[in-house]
Amino acid sequence: MVQGPHPAPPRTPVSPAVVGSAARHAPSVPSPSDDVARTVEQVTGAQSIVRSLEEVGAEVVFGIPGGAILPTYDPLMDSTRLRHILVRHEQGGGHAATGYAAATGRVGVCMATSGPGATNLVTPIADANMDSVPLVAITGQVGASLIGTDAFQEADIVGITLPVTKHNYLVTDADDIPRVIAEAFHVAATGRPGPVLVDIAKSAMQAQTTFEWPQDVALPGYHPVTKPHAKQIREAARLLATSRRPVLYVGGGVIRARAAAQLRALTDASGAPVVTTLMARGALPDTHPQHLGMPGMHGTVAAVAALQKADLVVALGARFDDRVTGRLASFAPHATVVHADIDPAEIGKNKAVDVPIVGDLREVLADLLPELEREHAHHGKPDLEAWWRQLDAWRETFPLGYDEPTDGHLAPQHVIQRIGELTGPEATYVAGVGQHQMWAAQFIKYERPNSWLNSGGLGTMGYAVPAAMGAKVGEPDRTVWAIDGDGCFQMTNQELATCAINDIPIKVAVVNNSSLGMVRQWQTLFYESRYSNTDLHTGHGTVHIPDFVKLADAYGCVGLRCETKADVDATIKRALEIDDQPVVVDFTVSRDAMVWPMVAAGVSNDDIQYARGISPAWDRED
Amino acid sequence: MSRHTLSVLVENKPGVLTRVAGLFARRAFNIHSLAVGPTEHDEISRITVVVDVEELPLEQVTKQLNKLINVIKIVELEDAASVQRELLLVKVKADGTQRTSVLEVVQLFRAHVVDVVPDTVVVEATGSPGKLDALLAALEPFGIREIVQSGTVAIGRGSRSITDRALERVSRSA
Repeated sequence: MVQGPHPAPPRTPVSPAVVGSAARHAPSVPSPSDDVARTVEQVTGAQSIVRSLEEVGAEVVFGIPGGAILPTYDPLMDSTRLRHILVRHEQGGGHAATGYAAATGRVGVCMATSGPGATNLVTPIADANMDSVPLVAITGQVGASLIGTDAFQEADIVGITLPVTKHNYLVTDADDIPRVIAEAFHVAATGRPGPVLVDIAKSAMQAQTTFEWPQDVALPGYHPVTKPHAKQIREAARLLATSRRPVLYVGGGVIRARAAAQLRALTDASGAPVVTTLMARGALPDTHPQHLGMPGMHGTVAAVAALQKADLVVALGARFDDRVTGRLASFAPHATVVHADIDPAEIGKNKAVDVPIVGDLREVLADLLPELEREHAHHGKPDLEAWWRQLDAWRETFPLGYDEPTDGHLAPQHVIQRIGELTGPEATYVAGVGQHQMWAAQFIKYERPNSWLNSGGLGTMGYAVPAAMGAKVGEPDRTVWAIDGDGCFQMTNQELATCAINDIPIKVAVVNNSSLGMVRQWQTLFYESRYSNTDLHTGHGTVHIPDFVKLADAYGCVGLRCETKADVDATIKRALEIDDQPVVVDFTVSRDAMVWPMVAAGVSNDDIQYARGISPAWDRED
Repeated sequence: MSRHTLSVLVENKPGVLTRVAGLFARRAFNIHSLAVGPTEHDEISRITVVVDVEELPLEQVTKQLNKLINVIKIVELEDAASVQRELLLVKVKADGTQRTSVLEVVQLFRAHVVDVVPDTVVVEATGSPGKLDALLAALEPFGIREIVQSGTVAIGRGSRSITDRALERVSRSA
């Protein structure tokens, strides 16, 4: 087997356009022969870093200074084009940068010092890697002569982040700084987006160098394929036009590729049902009549069942994650599989594929639509009526819902649903990880891409507050809600100080069930209700440590508490009225509420439980 | 499991071997042998890696390797269409009574003696892994004191060069 080289595009100098909206697609930046004003300045390495970030189009840097990055913070102070936001913990800076990137589609930038500063970035970097978020992390490194000596605050961050970055660099020569930063932004933003770490020795920051811009990006081994193969597109169109039980299985790639409009067009033209994964919520409006909701472990019965019974699955920027497929061997057993993705390594990784399509989703969908229409013109539209009758029956019989808690406390699902309804689809919703995340994915209706941010692949508790902060910085005119849990909130709430001081008025709903709720749910279901180390003592009838209202107050935020159903709407409205300060609302909810439906880990999607002990009876003829 | 030989052309930059080797470990692929060295082009190094893996995971290995920014090209070299060689240095007991017999074996395998002391010789041999295994088996009865062996290096038979087109890409983007 020979793996052929990718076709090489013409070399392209990096201009600010790389971080702009045209970033991921064929760069329309001028070639070196055009009249590009060439900048040449004699500067220090530190100044070269700041100038490179300015020229590459970065607007905001989330970071904290320390010894090894100190030289860079001096010229940073004078930059009028870069806004630096001083975070309280590097992890917060990293998630803020990824929240900024996920909300805006631009490259997020974070900065930290060597050693512990850099290692604190590992979690957000790994998070960005799993969820394909364009991120550039700049870290200071000890002076070049000290590298390898176990110097103070030395850590081999390039080695440490090797498995969790798209690419990374160690820079010891100041002359390399503009080229490396240009390459880092190019790699982060193009192809399948991802995190790039640039580790720069302090000695390089202090050296004299020449800053030159623009820089040519010269990466002989990096040529992402964006244009899909016409023959594969035709085959996919033929299948979509002739199958009787098709499903469009939409993943986060559609959002990263800014292909929501093209997806909408294909959905309308094909008449096929659509499921949107956790990473793709908002790729197609939830109000679209062909939208069945989210598939997977906590997906809707209709979405899960549609995939199980489909004769054709068209995967678009999705990766057949175990949380979607359940037991892989029994996933979509009757389906022919079309899989389109920008990353060739995703195709066939988990599930055998009949029609592989490598390409940018926007181009894939744009090419697929006319081919499908041509098929329809030749053979007529397929008759999906029987399929829709079945799908609608599932939707009607098994709608998303929940039972009111028997302990008289608030239903967390109600709180989250009302936040969505009262705030509306123009807001951005950012979740932590756990039960509240699943409820936010289920009960808030998403109508636009990038309105739903969460940590899907890595499942990073503590993502919500800093990522909401980053999203608000990127889009200050939008209302940004962090939907957080009491466990998650305690991991990163120090960034409330950053929000309060820098006029970043996010809203945080702490869905406080006084426990690590998702773990507790599994203990209820699989460990005989033995609640080992999941009680957090923050809710009803506990010592309230910490008291989230007092904590909000201490951080210069408005703290509200809501304990009864009657107060839910008024409390949310009160939070929505405050736009000059961050708001934290402590919704103390029932701890016994569980996330349903559920496909237990490692079992077949056919065994989905609609509620505890209740499984749909499938049609026997299947 | 079946054995596959991959030639991986990479940019000649620090840390690239770590990226390649680390990827194998991370994706739980078993490396049987690995050899790295320069090529006829200064900008390109060549890694020959032999992996024990089934066909489907092999495709995944090559796709994952291709994702590494510094990897320029990957070619699988089939046994029949390539020359594959390892280098072996082996220190064998060979005192007066045995030396002639040891030298006979060395001759048979077209190997060389590169060091002699009164009680041992060091034998140098190159060949396919199979030939070297056979040589070791033949020397084993005399008493083997020490073995050092290189990874496999491999080159395709015929006039085509896998580095030509890779070099074009390097010079185009340099």
